[in-house]
Amino acid sequence: MQHTLEEFLRALRAADVRVSPAEAIDAARAVESVGYADRELFKDALCAVLAKSRDEVGRFDSTFETFFNRQAFDLEQPPPDGDHDQSPGEAAGVAESPLAQMLLRGDAAAVAQAMEAAAERAGVAEIRLSTQRSRMTRRLLDEMGLAEIERIIANARKMPEGEGLGDRLDRGRRALLAQAQAYVERQHELYAAGSGKALREEMLAKKALNADGGIDPVDLVMMQALVKRMAKRLADRYSRRRHTANRGHLDVRKTLRKSMAHGGVPFEIEWKIKKVDKPSIVAICDVSKSVAAAAQFLLTFLYSLNEVVDRLDAFAFSGRLIPVNAILDDNGVEGAILKVLQTIGFQQTDYGRSLQDFAESHLDRVDRHTTVIFLGDGRSNFADPRLDLMHLIQQRARAVIWLNPEPESYWGQGDSVMHRYERFTHVAKSCNTLGQLERIIEDVLRTYVPH
Amino acid sequence: MTISKTAPTRAGADPFASVDGLIEGLGSVGYIASRRIATALYMAVNLQKPILVEGSAGVGKTELALSTARLMAKPLIRMQCYEGLDESKALYEWKYGKQLLYTQILKDRMGAALADAPDMDAAMDRLHGMGDLFFSEPFLEPRPLMQALKQDDGCVLLIDEIDKSDEAFEAFLLEVLSAYQVSVPELGVVIAKTPPLVFLTSNNVRDLGDALKRRCLHLHIPLPEAALEERIVATRVPGIEAALTSKLVAFVQSLRTLDLRKPPSISETVDWARALILLHAKDLDPALVRDTLNVILKFEQDITAVEPQIVELLARR
Repeated sequence: MQHTLEEFLRALRAADVRVSPAEAIDAARAVESVGYADRELFKDALCAVLAKSRDEVGRFDSTFETFFNRQAFDLEQPPPDGDHDQSPGEAAGVAESPLAQMLLRGDAAAVAQAMEAAAERAGVAEIRLSTQRSRMTRRLLDEMGLAEIERIIANARKMPEGEGLGDRLDRGRRALLAQAQAYVERQHELYAAGSGKALREEMLAKKALNADGGIDPVDLVMMQALVKRMAKRLADRYSRRRHTANRGHLDVRKTLRKSMAHGGVPFEIEWKIKKVDKPSIVAICDVSKSVAAAAQFLLTFLYSLNEVVDRLDAFAFSGRLIPVNAILDDNGVEGAILKVLQTIGFQQTDYGRSLQDFAESHLDRVDRHTTVIFLGDGRSNFADPRLDLMHLIQQRARAVIWLNPEPESYWGQGDSVMHRYERFTHVAKSCNTLGQLERIIEDVLRTYVPH
Repeated sequence: MTISKTAPTRAGADPFASVDGLIEGLGSVGYIASRRIATALYMAVNLQKPILVEGSAGVGKTELALSTARLMAKPLIRMQCYEGLDESKALYEWKYGKQLLYTQILKDRMGAALADAPDMDAAMDRLHGMGDLFFSEPFLEPRPLMQALKQDDGCVLLIDEIDKSDEAFEAFLLEVLSAYQVSVPELGVVIAKTPPLVFLTSNNVRDLGDALKRRCLHLHIPLPEAALEERIVATRVPGIEAALTSKLVAFVQSLRTLDLRKPPSISETVDWARALILLHAKDLDPALVRDTLNVILKFEQDITAVEPQIVELLARR
């Protein structure tokens, strides 16, 4: 049973329920204290120990049902006067094949047990891909001794009075085949289906966002989930610890030390004070034609950021620059992106003009606690890039981060003024896959965003 | 942060011996538990692990801890979490005033004690020999966590709304939750003689860390099915008629299928039942529902969304 439990834990991990060794030990202890007799109790106990969130409870339930589901297996019962075909059976070699005996007896439980044992020998649980299913079924049946059954059937058919036996065994064999297929199918569902999703997420994280056609609509939902997770991670690190300053706790050690100068009289009181920054983020996002493919992704990121960070000022620009906080607040993610793009998107980029808009109306948003994040390709259509304004922003802000969807080798080619802007940023990174974005959130923002 | 002692309930069979016993035991103190809840509690007691209870507001997370304390006849120590909660409020605090007074006494006595020392070295030796009481137990003001660890007969510790506290505080809880001990730098380690039964509740304001989750059993309390909810209402509101109970539960259940900002949870159903009893209502009619809708719905836009549908919802059974 220990082995079964381990297999079950493996199936859970495949279904994206995280099970650590410590939890595996807990599971074993839980099983020890409740036993196996009561299925509901067994399930609830394992659930309490292993599933650690609401989603995981759902996944746990379905995995449990699939894993411990043993469909009743229909086997033809032997005819009541089952003794009369004893002789052809012996002649055909039934006695040497335990499987044939089980089939003839109609002993479904024994067959199911034999299948479990054979599956272990055949390594069915190692299944990874859907294309392995038929091969696995074959291996499973071979392990169970199908070859012998086929030989017995052939032998029985040759004998004049063995026809009935042959037919019965043949029906048993077909039932066995169906059962084995169902078994392998279930194993595939348990161990491999989850890895398919992981694989797709991995592919998506690596996919270039400004590739032709951008993100496949099919993957859009998944991408939004990924981006949201990233933004949330950023915000968790970032939004806490604002209310802790000046809560007025006496610092006894310091007070006593200071009191030494006054003969031990605590004359100067020292308080425990935590200095707390009030950080804020200004995000400026390019939605022009040249970044059309990536714009959607950049806006998704902006949207998620807006959802999770309290003090975020979001701006979008192509020809001109507008604040988009209100749009992001009032709409769902798709609606918001569409609306921003309708309002300002896909025009000729004018970095200089947009920077000027920003400097004229919104420069007061930038102070020494502010991190400014630019999302854009730095292609100015040969207009004046207004480096002076960029310099001004850099001087006022705590940090300027530029995330460019183009690879670094393209920077400075054609109308790109990225290299010139780069001088006025604290860090400029190429960021055209979700994987890169995640890394940047981990590395860059940890360093540059105060918390 | 209160301690409440309750009289022991019925003596006899240990309700923690089996899951069924636990359901019955919880029922006897007025908490109708589903099987999953009882199993999780049973595991928590048997494996001596804290139990993390999640679920939307008003499904009875805190009530579960209160009822368990009542059932075990042990004191309940409750700690409400909030942003900015730190160890000086959760664990212990030094009694500063007394410490300062102590240094004053020390200073006054010091002269007499050291007067006959021949030289500086001897005086210092004597000073070191005197024993330092400055950081010692008598000057310690225990806060809820410390109190819970110091209850020699065990207790139920309720850490309410852990998701509202800071991440740093969560990390600080890990030692308490896994080893039932805390380290006080000046004193050493305080270990609980009888580990308390710990409940943590969370509303999912933020995701809790994996380290914390791993140390706890997890229990998600969903909104109950109609039958269970009827039993809860019947237990909580004695004297309500069965026909009215099933009608109002059916109505609340149908409300939950609508897209509301805050669907009513169990506590709202119970409140509503109480309100209807006060109004001597015998039956649910649309006018009555309209008048009392603000008991179950807490947002203006929810009320305006539901009002035109009342008749239809009442008809739907």
